Amino acid sequence: MAEVLVYVDHADGAVRKPTLELLTLARRIGEPVAVALGNGAADTAGVLAEHGAVKVLTHEAAEYADYLVVPKVDALQAAAAQVSPVAVLVPSSAEGKEIAARLALRLGSGILTDAVDLEAGDEGPVATQSVFAAAYTTRSRVSRGTPVITVKPNSAAVEPAPAAGAVEALSVTFSDKARGTQVVSRTPRESTGRPELTEAAIVVSGGRGVNGAENFALIEALADSLGAAVGASRAAVDAGWYPHTNQVGQTGKSVSPQLYIASGISGAIQHRAGMQTSKTIVAVNKDAEAPIFDLVDYGVVGDLFDVVPQLTEEINTRKG
Amino acid sequence: MSLRIVVTVKYVPDATGDRHFADDLTVDRDDVDGLLSELDEYAVEQALQISENSDDDVEITVLTVGPEDAKDALRKALSMGADKAIHVEDDDLHGTDAIGTSLVLAKAIEKAGYDLVLCGMASTDGVMGVVPALLAERLGVPQVTLLSEVAVQDGTVTGRRDGDAASEQLQASLPAVVSVTDQSGEARYPSFKGIMAAKKKPVQSWDLSDLDLEADEVGLAGAWTKVEAATERPARSAGTIVKDEGEGGKQLAAFLASQKFI
Ligand SMILES: Cc1cc2nc3c(=O)[nH]c(=O)nc-3n(C[C@H](O)[C@H](O)[C@H](O)COP(=O)(O)OP(=O)(O)OC[C@H]3O[C@@H](n4cnc5c(N)ncnc54)[C@H](O)[C@@H]3O)c2cc1C
Ligand SMILES: Cc1cc2nc3c(=O)[nH]c(=O)nc-3n(C[C@H](O)[C@H](O)[C@H](O)COP(=O)(O)OP(=O)(O)OC[C@H]3O[C@@H](n4cnc5c(N)ncnc54)[C@H](O)[C@@H]3O)c2cc1C
Repeated sequence: MAEVLVYVDHADGAVRKPTLELLTLARRIGEPVAVALGNGAADTAGVLAEHGAVKVLTHEAAEYADYLVVPKVDALQAAAAQVSPVAVLVPSSAEGKEIAARLALRLGSGILTDAVDLEAGDEGPVATQSVFAAAYTTRSRVSRGTPVITVKPNSAAVEPAPAAGAVEALSVTFSDKARGTQVVSRTPRESTGRPELTEAAIVVSGGRGVNGAENFALIEALADSLGAAVGASRAAVDAGWYPHTNQVGQTGKSVSPQLYIASGISGAIQHRAGMQTSKTIVAVNKDAEAPIFDLVDYGVVGDLFDVVPQLTEEINTRKG
Repeated sequence: MSLRIVVTVKYVPDATGDRHFADDLTVDRDDVDGLLSELDEYAVEQALQISENSDDDVEITVLTVGPEDAKDALRKALSMGADKAIHVEDDDLHGTDAIGTSLVLAKAIEKAGYDLVLCGMASTDGVMGVVPALLAERLGVPQVTLLSEVAVQDGTVTGRRDGDAASEQLQASLPAVVSVTDQSGEARYPSFKGIMAAKKKPVQSWDLSDLDLEADEVGLAGAWTKVEAATERPARSAGTIVKDEGEGGKQLAAFLASQKFI
């Protein structure tokens, strides 16, 4: 059967959820062959096998951490040469898209980014994309070369599908460009203990209406009552109330959770671009005319300083 | 020493307008005003700051690939303070995909001559965020992308890339391709003087033959991707909206419970 390369996003061997979602989609097209690179690569094999990887190609080298993007492109190119896949799937992170683009160019292939769904088609895989701030849905395919497609988090369910997951060492020769951009130092982000924003099933966001960094405690308390990630509008981020890594929208993260709760957010097009594909949308805003109410399944017109604490308390009570 | 900066800027349909697809499934440019992609203003701004902080003789060229009206984007960048502009325009470019766009841009950058290419983090219409990486691959120079802070000194570019898991300090030798995020610093507004001066700044027009490119390497026909269908997303069905009369939080909790979120 045809093989599909899946690029594994992991941290020291811990596989991130979007990669497991890619395995679900890859199985619709062929047999997933995973490629795991860098420190802890071999440790990924167990969970990848449980989710359908027939093979796991691994390679560890310091270059993957010490230089930007290109070493990973070299490795994927080597994997593609070895496997001759029918498609290459990469998680749609900022880095994932850069890796995918350079790989596509080297393979002489077209590239599609930010797919939200994928299915097999007569002329190769067909990707669904959500464009123009989710006002349009397109169906596209790659018409030349081996399709290289990046897929957004939360685009498919994680499904157990036990497979062999045989680990094979990938042989990689780095190109002369691999060491072009040096990572001089790296400061890891402090973990908040909350779910990853792009992967979370529930996202609770605050905007300008939250009116101050200290008031974000209200948003965090609501998030914690639901086991949710915390998001923020650009207005809140620009005001310095919440970190940019939590920004939702066109120039922040694009999220697609089961539930999105927006408090004190007006619903500007650039914010909607990052959350409009959420399954259920809820808003709290004191302005009944706020555009966010056009999107909601449930909205409360009111002061968030009254509504949000009451909601949090009620959830905690109901949970017992 | 001199430093030649080429800033790539895209002309896009206004995101706050009602954007549509044309019958051939390319972007409908007739119904919506176009403008310089706001995220590329940050790249122009950083080019200007690099120039202001440099002892070198810095020349800033802004480059766009786009239709006739894309000149507006160039004018805006010139009025912010760039020195000259190049407009690659050709009917055969209609419908070019990302791989094709990067080919045309790379050819034009090479023809113009460069030490540093500065790009935005993503366009506001395609939003792929791949063109800077593609340019680095094509030009065979280091990719130093998604920087929220950038500096150029003694032939070296350094900057900070804020990723999901970590914040990284990057370094590479020139020539290089850099992209900057909207965290890199507010872009300046063109001054009246800048707007007047821009009218006299040179704008060169190149077509495909100027770049030794054939029509079938670009455009819809030369694209390596194909849009098969574009459908307008149905409006979300109207939700329930309640006014808080003191029980709003509880009502919302009841809704969340009914949807099995609690
Ligand atoms: C190129 C570009 C990229 C952008 N990228 C992003 C992006 O990634 N993400 C993003 O979010 N924005 C982005 N923006 C900015 C966007 O246009 C808006 O300015 C921003 O989303 C507004 O944030 P807000 O809704 O929090 O603030 P506002 O629009 O000011 O809305 C605040 C809302 O809070 C309500 N409110 C105030 N007080 C209360 C209260 N006590 N209780 C309840 N409600 C209250 C008000 O009624 C109002 O509706 C971008 C803009 C540009 C030009
Ligand atoms: C809704 C939509 C979806 C699309 N999806 C795909 C797809 O999946 N695959 C595909 O191959 N093509 C796609 N395209 C076409 C693609 O957007 C264009 O070819 C485009 O020129 C390059 O991609 P981008 O705009 O996303 O650029 P990005 O990679 O987001 O742009 C990054 C930076 O590159 C520079 N830049 C980009 N384009 C130009 C330009 N024309 N002139 C000067 N500088 C520029 C700017 O500095 C910009 O900030 C899509 C277009 C649209 C409108």
